[in-house]
Amino acid sequence: MIEDRSALSISKKVMFKKILIANRGEIAVRVLRACQEMGIPAVVVYSDVDRTALHVRKADEAYPIGAAAASESYLNIGKMLDVARRSGADAIHPGYGFLSENAKFAQACADAGVKFIGPTAAAMEAMGSKTRARQAMEKIGVPFVPGTSRGVESLEQAEQVAARIGYPVMLKAAAGGGGKGMRHVHAPDQLKSALEAARSEAERSFGDSEVYIEKAIINPRHIEMQVLADEHGNIVYLGERECSLQRRHQKVLEEAPSPIVDADMRRRMGEVAVRVAQAAAYTNAGTVEFLVDQESNFYFLEMNTRLQVEHPVTELITGLDLVHLQIRIAAGEKLPFKQDDVRIRGHAIECRIYAEDPDNNYFPSPGKITLLLEPSGPGIRRDSGMYEGWNVPIDYDPLLAKLIGYGTDRDQAVARLTRALSEYFVGGIKTNLSLFRRILRDPDFRAAKLDTEFLDRMLKRPEDQSVDSKSAEVAAIAAGMFAVLGATASGASNGTAGNAARVENANSSWKTTSRREALR
Amino acid sequence: MLYEVTIDGKSYRLDLNRVDGRWLCRLDGQELEVDAILARPDVLSLRIGNQAYEIKSEHVANDLHLWVGSKGFAVEIRDPRSLRGRIRGGDDQGPKKITASMPGKIVRLLVREGDEVEPGTGVAVVEAMKMQNEIKSPKKGSVQKILVGEGATVNAGDVLAIVE
Repeated sequence: MIEDRSALSISKKVMFKKILIANRGEIAVRVLRACQEMGIPAVVVYSDVDRTALHVRKADEAYPIGAAAASESYLNIGKMLDVARRSGADAIHPGYGFLSENAKFAQACADAGVKFIGPTAAAMEAMGSKTRARQAMEKIGVPFVPGTSRGVESLEQAEQVAARIGYPVMLKAAAGGGGKGMRHVHAPDQLKSALEAARSEAERSFGDSEVYIEKAIINPRHIEMQVLADEHGNIVYLGERECSLQRRHQKVLEEAPSPIVDADMRRRMGEVAVRVAQAAAYTNAGTVEFLVDQESNFYFLEMNTRLQVEHPVTELITGLDLVHLQIRIAAGEKLPFKQDDVRIRGHAIECRIYAEDPDNNYFPSPGKITLLLEPSGPGIRRDSGMYEGWNVPIDYDPLLAKLIGYGTDRDQAVARLTRALSEYFVGGIKTNLSLFRRILRDPDFRAAKLDTEFLDRMLKRPEDQSVDSKSAEVAAIAAGMFAVLGATASGASNGTAGNAARVENANSSWKTTSRREALR
Repeated sequence: MLYEVTIDGKSYRLDLNRVDGRWLCRLDGQELEVDAILARPDVLSLRIGNQAYEIKSEHVANDLHLWVGSKGFAVEIRDPRSLRGRIRGGDDQGPKKITASMPGKIVRLLVREGDEVEPGTGVAVVEAMKMQNEIKSPKKGSVQKILVGEGATVNAGDVLAIVE
């Protein structure tokens, strides 16, 4: 008993008093929930257009930090540290995006005596440049796609390297990400213009024109390994995530475990990932990305030094809470389990719900959410930053929510997700929900035949546009019933359904009758 | 109640009558037994015979969309006896309003008043969520009027320009 009490008081002493969440949207809400579950007050920040955002509604304290432009608010290091000081927060969780992989910010936090919940600035810098990371990793025997570990200096050098490793090759920006500064080169005569284009795009996007060459892997899979490292030298891997479903090099749907990774491959990938983290003296949660070719050879791609958008699929199959663990590690605790304790159970799939229009080239679709019907039930997790009546601002990334399905196996996870997607409805704005319905019924997806070109191929095939006359008749009857039973809420509020409103008044006794029937 | 409902260019004649506490529905002359509950605004629980449906209603700019399962229909409904029956989309002739399909900021105007445009000519560039989208003219004509300036914030359905 005495020992118990002393253990309690120690953990209270080392745990943070208050955590500032330097982010917005669904991830701010997700981190906020972890803080509240751990009994730590959560402080949030918001820009001028985010006063109504969900993370502000749910927070313990909320501070305005300026204009909508991220540079004036969520990317402003000075303002962020000022809020930490004013609120008395002794730790900052950066979420993903914004300042999460900014080594200057991590350093500024350390200098201000505020704990950055993530790796050190030095570890971030070691991984921040793809070419520098590659040089460091080659020394410790991490497998790489054949190519240059340094930026190419001239066209002649690029031609020599490409000839040596063989076409097709990829040109990639050293400072890159998100497909910017990336070019696929199929033949020698395309190299010159591709190199120029990649360099100028890299310069424009990242302020750094360094470009390197890699052998292009045909129809690769993109598989990543979650690692977790405490500040006492303990590192574990928590299994892989299959992230091959991408559009314009942006992940759309992720799952864990990968359908092609068996226990042996998982162990080999996991051990490489741990070595990568060790080499960078990495701490906290991180992700090592690999390209996997058709023979299941895997090659190191890069390390993401933050919590990933798709972390929930790992949480569901391991039963761990990564944000809780991030906070405990940052507070100086040792990892509460060992590699042998990590068990993978079941299968999880995540859909990234974006405010974008699938019928208009996936153009962002901000605006007011007039109706929101959200799924629940067995095996369904929703990490959402939206609510009915909220106006999705035009200023930020269009990720609204993540819908994650879990099952005993992949088929059950797919079945549950399919069912949940049929329940999900977001009215007033366009979302990519229909894209996921299409992916989940695709025979190749069902058969787990996935690679990074999967979505492009699927989207090129014409969609089944057969008009269902029965459904149209149902819609016609429903239109009449909506009119006689009362104006729809959104119509009544903006006056566009004036006629329906008049019908409602004329038939108010009918409405009363139907209400009475509803209660019967 | 008598309605004319148009979906995907097809018109339906819908007659709904309350008889002995039940709805009698006649769709293009076909008699159906219908039972409907407004579960909440914009959500209708509908039974046709014993088939059950959850219908969602959505107003997008000036259009009414109804969703049967995951299938959306643009619906026009009017009361043929009403002199002020709602008819939408009937202004294809004459001046054509070019509207913003989503909220955003006008980054650039690509035409000036008096310019001649073809179908597909870019009229304005609207930016939302860090992506730029070109709003195109739907018809041939001349730009009669431009109603927004560069830098302006627009909502879905706002008129950007009129092409005559």
